[in-house]
Amino acid sequence: MAEPRTMEHGMTVSLVDTLKNKLDYDQLTNCMRCGFCLPACPTFRETGLEAESPRGRIALMKAAVDGLMKPDAAFEEQMDHCLGCRACEPACPAGVKYGQLIEQTRDSIEQHTVRHRWWVKSARKLAFDGLFPHPRRMRLLGGALKVYQKSGLQKLTQGIGIMNLFPDELKGMEKIMPETTGSGVIKEIGARHPAKGEKIATVGLFRGCIMDIMFTKTNVNTVRLLTEAGFEVVIPDAQTCCGALHAHSGEGDGAKKLAKSNIRAFKEAGVDWIATNAGGCGALLMEYDHLLHDDPQWKEDSAWFAPRVVDVAKLVVEQGRVPDFAGDEQAGVRITYQDSCHMRNVMKSSEAPRKLMKSVAGVQFVEMVDSDRCCGSAGIYNLTQPDMAGELLDKKMDCAKNTSAQYMITSNPGCLLQMKLGISKNGMENEMKAVHLVDFLYENMVKKD
Amino acid sequence: MWSETVKKELQGIMGEKWVKDDPESLVTHSYDGTPMLQSLPDAVIYPENTAQVSETLKVLSKHKVPVVSRGSGTNLCGGTVPVQGGVVMVMHRMNRILEVDLQNLTAIVQPGLNTKQFITHVEGLGLFYPPDPSSMSISTIGGNIAEGSGGLRGLKYGTTKDYVLGLEAVLANGEIIRTGGKLMKDVAGYDLTKLLVGSEGTLAVITEATLKLVPPPKYKKTMLAMFKDIYGAARTVSSIIENRIIPATLEFLDRPTIRVVDDFAKLGLPLDMEAILLIEQDGDEESVERDIARIEEICRSEQAERIQVAESEAEALKLLTARRSAFTALARLRPTTILEDATVPRSKIADMVLEINRIALKHNVTICTFGHAGDGNLHPTATTDARDEEEIHRVEAAFEDIFEAAIRLGGTITGEHGVGLVKAPFLEWKVGAAGIAVMQGIKQAFDPHQLLNPGKVFAKSSRKRVVIEHG
Repeated sequence: MAEPRTMEHGMTVSLVDTLKNKLDYDQLTNCMRCGFCLPACPTFRETGLEAESPRGRIALMKAAVDGLMKPDAAFEEQMDHCLGCRACEPACPAGVKYGQLIEQTRDSIEQHTVRHRWWVKSARKLAFDGLFPHPRRMRLLGGALKVYQKSGLQKLTQGIGIMNLFPDELKGMEKIMPETTGSGVIKEIGARHPAKGEKIATVGLFRGCIMDIMFTKTNVNTVRLLTEAGFEVVIPDAQTCCGALHAHSGEGDGAKKLAKSNIRAFKEAGVDWIATNAGGCGALLMEYDHLLHDDPQWKEDSAWFAPRVVDVAKLVVEQGRVPDFAGDEQAGVRITYQDSCHMRNVMKSSEAPRKLMKSVAGVQFVEMVDSDRCCGSAGIYNLTQPDMAGELLDKKMDCAKNTSAQYMITSNPGCLLQMKLGISKNGMENEMKAVHLVDFLYENMVKKD
Repeated sequence: MWSETVKKELQGIMGEKWVKDDPESLVTHSYDGTPMLQSLPDAVIYPENTAQVSETLKVLSKHKVPVVSRGSGTNLCGGTVPVQGGVVMVMHRMNRILEVDLQNLTAIVQPGLNTKQFITHVEGLGLFYPPDPSSMSISTIGGNIAEGSGGLRGLKYGTTKDYVLGLEAVLANGEIIRTGGKLMKDVAGYDLTKLLVGSEGTLAVITEATLKLVPPPKYKKTMLAMFKDIYGAARTVSSIIENRIIPATLEFLDRPTIRVVDDFAKLGLPLDMEAILLIEQDGDEESVERDIARIEEICRSEQAERIQVAESEAEALKLLTARRSAFTALARLRPTTILEDATVPRSKIADMVLEINRIALKHNVTICTFGHAGDGNLHPTATTDARDEEEIHRVEAAFEDIFEAAIRLGGTITGEHGVGLVKAPFLEWKVGAAGIAVMQGIKQAFDPHQLLNPGKVFAKSSRKRVVIEHG
């Protein structure tokens, strides 16, 4: 429940005031309530309730600001229910920026909130402030996890059931965690990589925080794919976490701080493009100009940064020389693709990944029904809203089974983990393997040296 | 009146979970797709079957509580805004396809069924349900029936009313009636089926519908024609029909719309055109090719500036972009978009469009017009800002003039959106005082206590019609 917050000079500010202050009233007015967003919304499809739809949530925000209703506990809960997948945005005729509205609302709620489940609260504090923004700490954690996985400790904890002390949703995740490294991409292969053949442009790789310790190999493969496609790749070491998890969880100030560090890092590196292999990070990176819109000092630099952000696949297809994907070993293999919501709805990259997958010789691409629907991962949603996330994952796995694909390909670490979780929950480890698009492409790429 | 007693009785029927009166539920059922309307209900309920609807209406009529039944709330006439409070009855839980009868080519469905889902389902069985309102991806069959929805295929295939063969409905007093059936002919008494279609939830709550299905067309072809002379475009429409060709779609964009669409979708449309016609024909390959060739000739003889015939599906999609993005492009111009549906005999399309442009100029408002030229159903669309009271007054005055012009040209105030709240003051212009009296008599017979969607269709006072004589 929201409580009035006491400001330093002793005045009390209510959640309504904060909402009034933060919410973009023009955007609220732009919603004409046509309802076209409803069928695109996973939570509406799941519940059939108007309040669980983008139109409903916008009406609630507007009602709170207009004084038609008090933003009570149910209001806050409803805002937490949103996955933030932003599938409603391409469906909206009026172009309402729903993603911004939900973030402004959550930001306001977060300023007043006192309730979080204990483990959510401590995990958030630890991860948001103490971990994601610190690449060195992330690598140390990666190293520790590696020891945990390699030493047999993982088997031991799984065996003695220590994980039973944790909520189910964490237990499931622990089981499917990929093998981490303590190194990260720069330590593995270095920070600067020349283009193969004539250089088309210089690309700065956004390595991500979780991505770089959990999926170091994917970052390495991304570099190799990009150089093969004709790009020089640099990985500025001063970059940090993108801030997406902060922004989506109502920690706007934390996100802004990170944004500034990243802009500085890439600007100094003098890149033409900023490539990412994680839809969740990319979507926020390309909206840094909006994130920092009320900071005139950063106007120019964020306007430089935002339009340079691009998905790896889109960059290769639209600007690069598409490498040769021989796919000998994959002849006759069936593959399917789960869109990353943010990559599809915000970064507008859904055709390019499909084009590249289809260009792998010999593989059979099967489009999965509802491949554009959220899988329920949605940042840390699967940890904070396990019931809804579980229902969405079950539906997703039904569609996945119907494809009879051997590879479930996706392009965001969160989606990848969620797909692995779904495969493990359904005992499908022998039939289907979840892989990142970049890894699949690299495996099948003809290596020229 | 709504009370704790009523709430308890309804909870007894539907269970506690499905009777909601928390602020969140009330706020999210205080509006529909119509701009600038909002009114809070006292409760929101979700019945699961006809028996629950019947029991509920018995309780509500005993306690004289108004009830607004609704599907997804996408209508554009304020049809489901609970202006007198009471209960909003959401039909979403009654969303099943009960039967598809392949021998009779009929389907029996519940009202909360999503229109698009139904269309996709019957297409999977090799059948066709033609009514295609623009909101079909979210609208419900029950909502389509209540509003008498149209769509792009209206000209050749008719609208929702032509596909409803029978209904099950619950009256205000809780009694259940069944009308029609899987029958292509049925003259047993008054045609209550047709009466309930388009009755906007004011006569009964529809709980089941028997729908007609048809075999799908085998082949389709799309073309676009652009005109510098709006009368040339209008004559083309009439001439196509005179030549005994009924296209599957015959859509129209006027000059202001062309500009907005081109600006939005960057299609490179010639901006000095007064009208674009988008034409689609379906049927056997041979007859479609013959029709399209003939239509091309007609366009040429009416001095079309540019004609494009799609040679592939991808090309057809490209041609459709202009029409498809019309609403989206207009909706992004200003915060508030008011979409009307004045309809005239198709021979009067050009006169009506010019009349609309004249009226927009007179009131200094932006109105772009697109729509279904083939059936005379136009969508004059005002882009404005609900927060600017003075401008809104001018927009309202302009629409009043547009309704008047439509009627003067032998048309109607609404072709497919319904009367609801927003056009109630103008209904008498179309049907006359005697017409209103007959309709009120019907309303009285079905719903003597005025509990079903009160405040809709009939206005407290009709707008005085000012007829302007044109020299």
